[in-house]
Amino acid sequence: MKRIYIKEDMCIGCRLCEVYCLVQHSKSKKIIKAYKGEYPKPIPRILVEEKGYLSFALQCRHCEDPPCVEACITGAMYRDPDTGAVLCNDIKCVGCWMCIMVCPFGVIMRRKEGGEVASKCDLCYGEGTPVCVANCPNEALEFR
Amino acid sequence: MVKYVIVGNSVAAIAAVEAIRKHDGDGEITVISDEPYSAYSRPLITYALAGKISEDSIFYRDKNFYYKNKVETILGIKVTSLNTKEKYVTLKDGDEIHFDKLLISTGGTPISPNIRGRDLHGVFTFTKLDDLKRVREYIHQYRVGEAVVVGGGLIGLKTAEALTMLKIKVSIVELADRILSVTFDKKASSIIERSLRKIGCEVITGNTVSEIKGRDRVSAVILKDGKKINCGMVILAIGVTPNIDLIKNTDIKVNRGILVDNHMQTNIPDIYAAGDVSECVDLIGGATRPIAIWPNAYRQGNVAGYNMAGIPKEYTGSIVMNSIELCNIPTISMGLTDPEGDEYEIIEHYNDEKQVYKRIVLKGKIIVGAIFISNIDRGGIYRNLIIEKIDVSSFKEHILKEDFGLISLPKEYRKHLVSGPGLEV
Repeated sequence: MKRIYIKEDMCIGCRLCEVYCLVQHSKSKKIIKAYKGEYPKPIPRILVEEKGYLSFALQCRHCEDPPCVEACITGAMYRDPDTGAVLCNDIKCVGCWMCIMVCPFGVIMRRKEGGEVASKCDLCYGEGTPVCVANCPNEALEFR
Repeated sequence: MVKYVIVGNSVAAIAAVEAIRKHDGDGEITVISDEPYSAYSRPLITYALAGKISEDSIFYRDKNFYYKNKVETILGIKVTSLNTKEKYVTLKDGDEIHFDKLLISTGGTPISPNIRGRDLHGVFTFTKLDDLKRVREYIHQYRVGEAVVVGGGLIGLKTAEALTMLKIKVSIVELADRILSVTFDKKASSIIERSLRKIGCEVITGNTVSEIKGRDRVSAVILKDGKKINCGMVILAIGVTPNIDLIKNTDIKVNRGILVDNHMQTNIPDIYAAGDVSECVDLIGGATRPIAIWPNAYRQGNVAGYNMAGIPKEYTGSIVMNSIELCNIPTISMGLTDPEGDEYEIIEHYNDEKQVYKRIVLKGKIIVGAIFISNIDRGGIYRNLIIEKIDVSSFKEHILKEDFGLISLPKEYRKHLVSGPGLEV
């Protein structure tokens, strides 16, 4: 399957990926509305870790053997048979956070507004290249 | 063509089917369960009782899961015996089902304490879908206003919370000196205890129910210290034990649960066991025992399925862990959370006002346990450090910092995590 690869040497910590990710997963897909006026407030599914000169953007690794899928008590977490992406079905998720307990990358977030559900990278489902990759100014993320 | 038979129809069974079908599209798979339902999630029955989810969303996989995976189901009929020599199981109606490969995934049974009045109408255990239906009907029929929950563990507390949401006044009676005493330390227990009191639960610790009173049905319980609590219903939630009925009188080795090797095979070739019915290696301490948790059951069932289909795969063990939300407070606990002894070091962060508590237990250079209350984000990073036995001494002082992440880990290990394509086990 196609995955996002992280090149930490290239990341400048600008966090544009977070902005694009949040907007992509908003209802309006408009930056101001997404940040200022939507309920539930969209959250980015990517996070930038930074310490001194080192930084990298991290999102779900869509593991070969995903621990989150195993741990999910509802069956909400699943692997998409077509793309191989690990996805969470919001309707089934009850917010038990088993997935957060077992994800070794710490990339599953809690969406707290509008019903508690697990929120994670969906590889911009159906979009081709994920927006974090497409909009990274320094090619610190690669989709291949 | 291989004939697979799976006894039990919960997560380990489903995981086994999913593994078998990855490699064997033709073998005959038969799933047998005494429960007349498609696989459902037992932890979700407290959510359904509270009205947080519909009874329909309790089902674990799509309605056409069995059809899609060409699984024959025999549901609502108990398997009464197993012949390991001639390789068949016998159903309650007398039918014999032969197998080439058998998986025993019969799960756990609630422990029934020997309390006088235990058989009165209105006394329930609460682990199955039928329990949900019975408890619901009972509450409705008798307009239950007060209930006693015996046991302050996960099931007891989730049930108590659900009953409270139905406007039932709940008293929780726990034998230990605090609730969640197996998985939490004192501070963590007290945060949850306070919150339960806030929503109206009474929490009674260091005490137990010595008798259940009532004529036709429950009317009160008498505690060990003589105190009487009037109630219309009693939920017994003092724990579960492996459901090993099927292998009694067979030559399958069993301790508390069924013993398996790292391919999930029992001492009898072609007979496997997985999930709450089996024992596994606790990666902390190395003892073999049942670790009855959902993620474990899936992994074990999956590994069993691969091996049954002829694909060698190993199961290396697990740790005790759980994630539950009580009174809207998310909590995660894992490993040894409250050990005694000089060899352990504790790192803590506690904010009473925000009810945030984080606790890391170290033994030498490695983490052996952790608790997270309220702020559980990125908890899985710590679990990975426990399982992989990573030397944390070089970044110990950062371990509970707000910005702790993969970036805090030693460079080589971080690169291994970050640059790879994800986890392959």
